[in-house]
Amino acid sequence: MAPRTPGADLPEHPDWLWRSPDPKSSYDVVIVGGGGHGLATAYYLAVNHGITNIAVLEGGWLAGGNMARNTTIIRSNYLWDESAGLYEHSLKLWEGLEEALDYPLLFSQRGVLNLAHSLQEVRDSVRRVEANKLNGVDAEWLDPAQVAEICPILNTSEDLRYPVLGATWQPRAGIAKHDHVAWGFARALDRMGVDLVQNCQVTGFERVGDRIVGVETTRGPIRAGKVALAAAGQTSVLADELGLRLPIQSHPLQALVSELLEPVHPTVVMSNSVHVYVSQAHKGELVLGAGIDSYNSYGQRGAFHTIEREMTAAVELFPMFARAHVLRTWAGVVDVTPDASAIMGRTPFDGLYVNCGWGTGGFKATPGVGWCYAHTIAHDEPHPLNAPFNLERFTTGALVDEHGAAGVAH
Amino acid sequence: MLLIPCPWCGPRNEIEFHYGGQAEVSYPADPPEVSDVDWAHFLFYRANPRGVFAERWSHQAGCRRWFTVRRNTVTNEIQAEDGASEAGVVPR
Ligand SMILES: Cc1cc2nc3c(=O)[nH]c(=O)nc-3n(C[C@H](O)[C@H](O)[C@H](O)COP(=O)(O)OP(=O)(O)OC[C@H]3O[C@@H](n4cnc5c(N)ncnc54)[C@H](O)[C@@H]3O)c2cc1C
Ligand SMILES: [Zn+2]
Repeated sequence: MAPRTPGADLPEHPDWLWRSPDPKSSYDVVIVGGGGHGLATAYYLAVNHGITNIAVLEGGWLAGGNMARNTTIIRSNYLWDESAGLYEHSLKLWEGLEEALDYPLLFSQRGVLNLAHSLQEVRDSVRRVEANKLNGVDAEWLDPAQVAEICPILNTSEDLRYPVLGATWQPRAGIAKHDHVAWGFARALDRMGVDLVQNCQVTGFERVGDRIVGVETTRGPIRAGKVALAAAGQTSVLADELGLRLPIQSHPLQALVSELLEPVHPTVVMSNSVHVYVSQAHKGELVLGAGIDSYNSYGQRGAFHTIEREMTAAVELFPMFARAHVLRTWAGVVDVTPDASAIMGRTPFDGLYVNCGWGTGGFKATPGVGWCYAHTIAHDEPHPLNAPFNLERFTTGALVDEHGAAGVAH
Repeated sequence: MLLIPCPWCGPRNEIEFHYGGQAEVSYPADPPEVSDVDWAHFLFYRANPRGVFAERWSHQAGCRRWFTVRRNTVTNEIQAEDGASEAGVVPR
């Protein structure tokens, strides 16, 4: 393959995609948080349910939270039926999203390898492949030679401390350009008359008994027929205002990028055991991530030793990375639940809906979340795909335990 | 990187420690009487404040003892109080 100029695939930087209106005094639906989830939810409220009198309130700048900080891996090879249902619905939406939004998202279905390094992991992975097939998710089990064919730069020799014993392969998985996803939704929303209000921090709620009728914000009170939270790692802070307890813990999750390199890395590679995940961005940076820092934090920074461990794993798996320079590192604040699955649905307060607990993996769910959450808000009951992800499951015991099964550790 | 004050060994680098989540969560006094909702809260619900948080750390690579630290989850500042610097009187 002839070398390509890094960045040649990138479209021109857009000029101006949405208005910046002052908030009105009331809306049918107020969405708290202008990340991918908030934007996608507003989009499907408008497109699927004809509700356009909506404000998306963003405390900072549009999509500057985890949306701007994630490693953009999209896949649907989850073990349990509930998860496969939701993430596969999302992946199908990704496959038509560029056309629907009429905007380049650089959605690249370059596939994902989830490596196995122990006999137990081999068994779990083969089981997950079979479960995926039963759920209509594309998946294959590959031996080390087949893995090397797909990703030649990966070290598949036997003399690693944790040799690659094989991998699951989902060809339809991939990455997308996160900023463009947000901008594509924002442009479509603006055209449909939805207000995207930035620098508008929600600080509390207005309630009449157990009904939520509006929000308090740094730009004054705003009344709302319905209020939908999409505030990712900050959800506990908002819920505390109502005395509403949620089973989430907010942790830093870090990522890093290298300098720009020629295309060397053809797919997405994830390893749960040595714990690193890496892909090569469209421009040419290697994008790397790993697990959360252990402690709770809202500080949007983590510790250096976490990065060090991730780099150790990366260099062992990809010896050629030893020569790449790290350009920058950063962290987001992610909300982790006890069963590693999201919480989406109604709350004990009428007119208040919650979407949180996506932890380290909610980017891939962006269109699927929007679709199901919009349904939940419009009909006041969950869509069948998000019904299992209710808050009550922590009391009933019907957990959706995706730890490990998801192929990624928190 | 946190500098964590072990009450027995003094301040040490975070890599020597294991995190144990929220401190001062007590086991229900009368388990058979606890409702499903209260069990759920005991098992799955923890405080998640933006601010001071009482949390458990174990000095895994040192004395291997558990102790409580009050840390600000925004600034990472650790409060020296509760006799946390005095070995023996630290709440377990
Ligand atoms: C380093 C890192 C790597 C990741 N990698 C992946 C990956 O590869 N694949 C994947 O699927 N997922 C990944 N994730 C997870 C993914 O980014 C999140 O699950 C997802 O972005 C959460 O939804 P969101 O986009 O709406 O959140 P955010 O973009 O964080 O949106 C929430 C918004 O709410 C705003 N907000 C918060 N509080 C208030 C308030 N009181 N008032 C008004 N606005 C408020 C915030 O400013 C923010 O913009 C990663 C996350 C991180 C941090
Ligand atoms: Zn010690």
